[in-house]
Amino acid sequence: MALLSVANLHAWYGESHVLHGVTLSVEEGETICILGRNGMGKTTTLRTIMGILRKRSGEIRFAGQDMMTVPLHRTAKAGLGFVPEERGIFATLTVEENLMLPPVVAKGGMTLNEIYQLFPNLEERRSSPGTKLSGGEQQMLAMARILRTGARCLLLDEPTEGLAPVIIQRIGEVLVTLKARGMTVVLVEQNFRFASKVADRFYLMDHGQMVADFPVTDLPQNMAMLNTVLGV
Amino acid sequence: MTMIFGIPIQALMGQLLVGLINGSFYALLSLGLAVIFGLLRVINFAHGAQYMMGAFVALLLLTQTGIGYWPALLIAPLIVGLFGALIERTMLSRLYKLDHLYGLLFTFGLALTLEGTFRWFFGSSGQPYAPPAALTGAVNLGFMFLPIYRGWVVVASLAVCIGVWLLIEKTKLGSYLRAATENPTLVQSFGINVPLLLTFTYGLGAALAGFAGVLAAPVYQVSPLMGSNLIIVVFAVVVVGGMGSILGAIVTGYMLGIAEGLTKVFYPEASNIVIFVIMAIVLILRPAGLFGKDA
Ligand SMILES: Nc1ncnc2c1ncn2[C@@H]1O[C@H](COP(=O)(O)OP(=O)(O)OP(=O)(O)O)[C@@H](O)[C@H]1O
Ligand SMILES: [Mg+2]
Repeated sequence: MALLSVANLHAWYGESHVLHGVTLSVEEGETICILGRNGMGKTTTLRTIMGILRKRSGEIRFAGQDMMTVPLHRTAKAGLGFVPEERGIFATLTVEENLMLPPVVAKGGMTLNEIYQLFPNLEERRSSPGTKLSGGEQQMLAMARILRTGARCLLLDEPTEGLAPVIIQRIGEVLVTLKARGMTVVLVEQNFRFASKVADRFYLMDHGQMVADFPVTDLPQNMAMLNTVLGV
Repeated sequence: MTMIFGIPIQALMGQLLVGLINGSFYALLSLGLAVIFGLLRVINFAHGAQYMMGAFVALLLLTQTGIGYWPALLIAPLIVGLFGALIERTMLSRLYKLDHLYGLLFTFGLALTLEGTFRWFFGSSGQPYAPPAALTGAVNLGFMFLPIYRGWVVVASLAVCIGVWLLIEKTKLGSYLRAATENPTLVQSFGINVPLLLTFTYGLGAALAGFAGVLAAPVYQVSPLMGSNLIIVVFAVVVVGGMGSILGAIVTGYMLGIAEGLTKVFYPEASNIVIFVIMAIVLILRPAGLFGKDA
């Protein structure tokens, strides 16, 4: 059975109906990538799965549990971890306070030492204010603080947005490391050269729905269709 | 007689001390307001009433059960804090989704209700509360006599202010509070019970007001309106310090207390309005307050 399965998910911002029946499923240990043009509902999908957006209907199951009735402060406990697009680093907290902020929810998370090995920059800058870090470092911090908690599934929203190629490569390595540890990842990405190196499967999103879904091995024969829908 | 700027040093020191004592209450009360405003974005108009409650709880503990000052210093803030938490959980928390104005109106109504209730039961006149035996009397500092209780007020308020500042800046709980001030939704998505954090924060703010009330009981008379007189000045302090700034509230509280005391010496006619004049100047030059971040 899939670790995360979403069926016929609808979501609204106030009166504005943004998700129109999203369906997707992710196996344990798998990395899937959601592609789609700006404003198609990728971020909204992650926010709705996480339970941040509460005006929703449909079905979300995670590790066998019905997540639709779980309050926001319990979704993390179920094993879901969210790394937002805007990274959400706290300016009034030091780097280390940012890192230690999310409570540990399960065994199997990384220790502080392992995290500092994976992200040496964070250790060097542990006592500076979180937002004094560079964009790349803030992205690392946003990911690292979830890795500490023992979350089983990472919802990762455009981690490479606005970052330099060397940093993007670094983030790619981190995702490969995580995969080797058995982490399940739902990745939202516009950069699909990057995504094709880490993802096992792709979902293509258009106007609040998934319009295609194929494994990374089928990428070549889907290129024409991707180019049309993504408009690249 | 030693003179400074043509003023006898006794008079100067005396007013400085009065200023420091008033400043101690300003600091404690504006700290509570700042803690509440920082996280809840609610301007707690009931703060003066909660201060009054602290003093009354101490008085009632003494007259009804014989519990004295020292235990009251702990019990009264606890009772006022729990009462605040209860109010937040059952009523105030329902207003967060609405415009902030509703929170302000609610706490204003709460203040009127509390003050009215205490007036109904105890009348408007003040009742004395004797300081504990250990803190009566005065010490001779050479240039003036310092009433021991007044010295204690300054020390106790400073200790509590520093304690709360440390709690917020240096502890794990404090990092939750700071983070939730910036982005409550994200903090909640990490698995932290933010609604409970809000309840705790309102309770903490109310408890600080209650603590100030107990400290004040032996200095001022215990009366239902003791808070409403003070709270206007405290709002001015918060505005000068910068809404929501913890350090700003503390430092500005003492500073303005002293400024008020010094004005009494040099230009007594202005002493009642000096804080508001400073507020006006700060609002013109630095609308976000001395310690506030420009919005
Ligand atoms: N807070 C909000 N209130 C109202 N509408 C919103 C809000 N956030 C997003 N939307 C709308 O919902 C739709 C989907 O937005 P979403 O952020 O999910 O898109 P996205 O696919 O993540 O886009 P991008 O690639 O730009 O990040 C858009 O039309 C957007 O304008
Ligand atoms: Mg997005």
